[in-house]
Amino acid sequence: MAQIELENITRTFQLGETTVRALSSVSVSIDSGEYVAIMGPSGSGKSTLLNLLGLLDRPNAGHYRLEGRDVTTLSSDEQAAVRRNRIGFVFQSFHLVPRLTAAENVALPLMLGGIPPEVRRRRANDALEKVGLTSRAGHRPDELSGGQRQRIAIARAIIMQPAMLLADEPTGNLDRHTSQEIVELLEDLNAVGTTLIVVTHDPDMGHRARRRLIMTDGILDDSRKKPVPPATGIP
Amino acid sequence: MTPADTLGFAARAAFTHPLRSSLLVLAMAIGMAAVIMLTALSDGTRSYVVGQFISLGSNLIIVTPGRTETGGFQPGNFASKIPRDLTIEDAASLQHIRHVLRVAPVSLGSAEVAANSRLREAMVFGTTASYLDIRRFSTSQGHFLPNEDWQRQRSVAVIGESIRHELFGDSSPIGQMIRVGGNRLRVIGVLSPVGQGLGLNFDEMVIVPVASALSLFNTYSLYSIFVETTERNTIEPVRIELEETMRARRGGELDVTLITQDAVLETFDRILHTITMSLTGIAAISLIVAGILIMNVMLVAVTQRTAEIGLLKAIGANNRDIIFIFITEATLLSLMGTLSGLMLSYLGAWGIRLGWPFLAAWPPTWAVMAALGVALCSGLIFGVMPARRAAALDPVLALAGR
Repeated sequence: MAQIELENITRTFQLGETTVRALSSVSVSIDSGEYVAIMGPSGSGKSTLLNLLGLLDRPNAGHYRLEGRDVTTLSSDEQAAVRRNRIGFVFQSFHLVPRLTAAENVALPLMLGGIPPEVRRRRANDALEKVGLTSRAGHRPDELSGGQRQRIAIARAIIMQPAMLLADEPTGNLDRHTSQEIVELLEDLNAVGTTLIVVTHDPDMGHRARRRLIMTDGILDDSRKKPVPPATGIP
Repeated sequence: MTPADTLGFAARAAFTHPLRSSLLVLAMAIGMAAVIMLTALSDGTRSYVVGQFISLGSNLIIVTPGRTETGGFQPGNFASKIPRDLTIEDAASLQHIRHVLRVAPVSLGSAEVAANSRLREAMVFGTTASYLDIRRFSTSQGHFLPNEDWQRQRSVAVIGESIRHELFGDSSPIGQMIRVGGNRLRVIGVLSPVGQGLGLNFDEMVIVPVASALSLFNTYSLYSIFVETTERNTIEPVRIELEETMRARRGGELDVTLITQDAVLETFDRILHTITMSLTGIAAISLIVAGILIMNVMLVAVTQRTAEIGLLKAIGANNRDIIFIFITEATLLSLMGTLSGLMLSYLGAWGIRLGWPFLAAWPPTWAVMAALGVALCSGLIFGVMPARRAAALDPVLALAGR
């Protein structure tokens, strides 16, 4: 069974009088541990696809099964719990809370999960170690470089040991050298089993991925021409 | 999210903008201090006035000439528009009423007082021996007016402490002569310092026999008559009989006013209560303004932290977490405002007590409790709307800062 199964996902937006189809009947299946790049021109729907995968957005039609469970019909609180426990986000603009230290930022998902402070500290240190920033634990985001900030954000994304990492242009705000380091860090995490889905403009980064999903006007073109699995689990 | 984590997160958010937060806290504190200081002031005024009345002596009925109430239309009112004099005979007749302990007629005026070639204007207070006991006064030197026939114009005087100091300095005044108006009087006693009481300062008073005072001022009319009853619950029966006696002596018409301490206190209480309530009401408006300020600051915070809210949602905060964070922040701000307001009001009350030592202006406990309650409520009420707005943000748009 695939980890992620999208089936005929359609997402439309109302822009004034016109209805825009950001995703039009997208079906895709991603296995656990895959490394996928979502590519395509601006406005092609790749961010919308990522938001849907991250349960930040709901489709107008279709089904999304995450680890065999239909998550489209969950309540918003249940979806929040799924995001907290199974999904790690990495954003282009890092999205760190400026008044919290690096360690506190990393531990945020644990705090939202109600995990006691001692456990949080220990796990945050572990996560910081994985991204190589143990020495910066007590620093605030404005005392860190862009690359360091993105590492903190990645540590935050992996602290709950999620099933997948969703990265939206993770190197968009970074220079070439730092980008390289961040990509390598993400690939290392993928190498130990975390599914990695990256939205990117950068063709180099896209080519590193083992699988590419090309979006054009809301229609998905899979580099691995895999037939859509028959709709087995659907009533 | 645990309550402790919510509190910590909200507290750090509240302190992120120290200027904005402290201005809000200041606004809230001023409103709070205004309300509490007003209640403290009115409490102090009340206990001051009560103290003044109690210092008059207990179980008192005061008779003054003239009628302050309108008793309806009577032909007699035309004939006697000017009230009849209240005389020494009137006062004497009250002594025989049952349950009356003491009666003291009072005459009041001002005159030139001179001794040792020093001259000053002073209040001259004509009364009888019983006045000392009614007012619980005492003499520091010599003795008070002799207990004798009220009609006798004996040329003696008892002087207040300030008068003694100004006219005689360090020499003993007892037996010395002073001139009061056109009369020469012998000083027989000095009143112990008593200070201000109901607008009359007995330290600056020359006390003479009532008949002497009346002749000095060339009148028959008393200023008032003090009647002391045996105990508190005989005040009412005495008052009724007193009215009858006065009516009988005045051809069936009651043209005197009887004042009891209870009645005066009651009236005063009512007036003060009304004033306090209306002033407090006005001051309470400033609290509402502070509440609206809280709402405004929180709405700004939600706008500024839109991306942060989006992030919290993306990493798994549910709507309840977001609402709690923002309501806690609002409540923290209003609580800080209240605590500073309390400190400010205790400081202000202290200032009032320093400036007017006779006003025991302490913030009343009920007002302090009410203030704390108001703070928590306004934090909750005015925090709910911004918090709900934050929770309702769409995570995708919020992350984009929109």
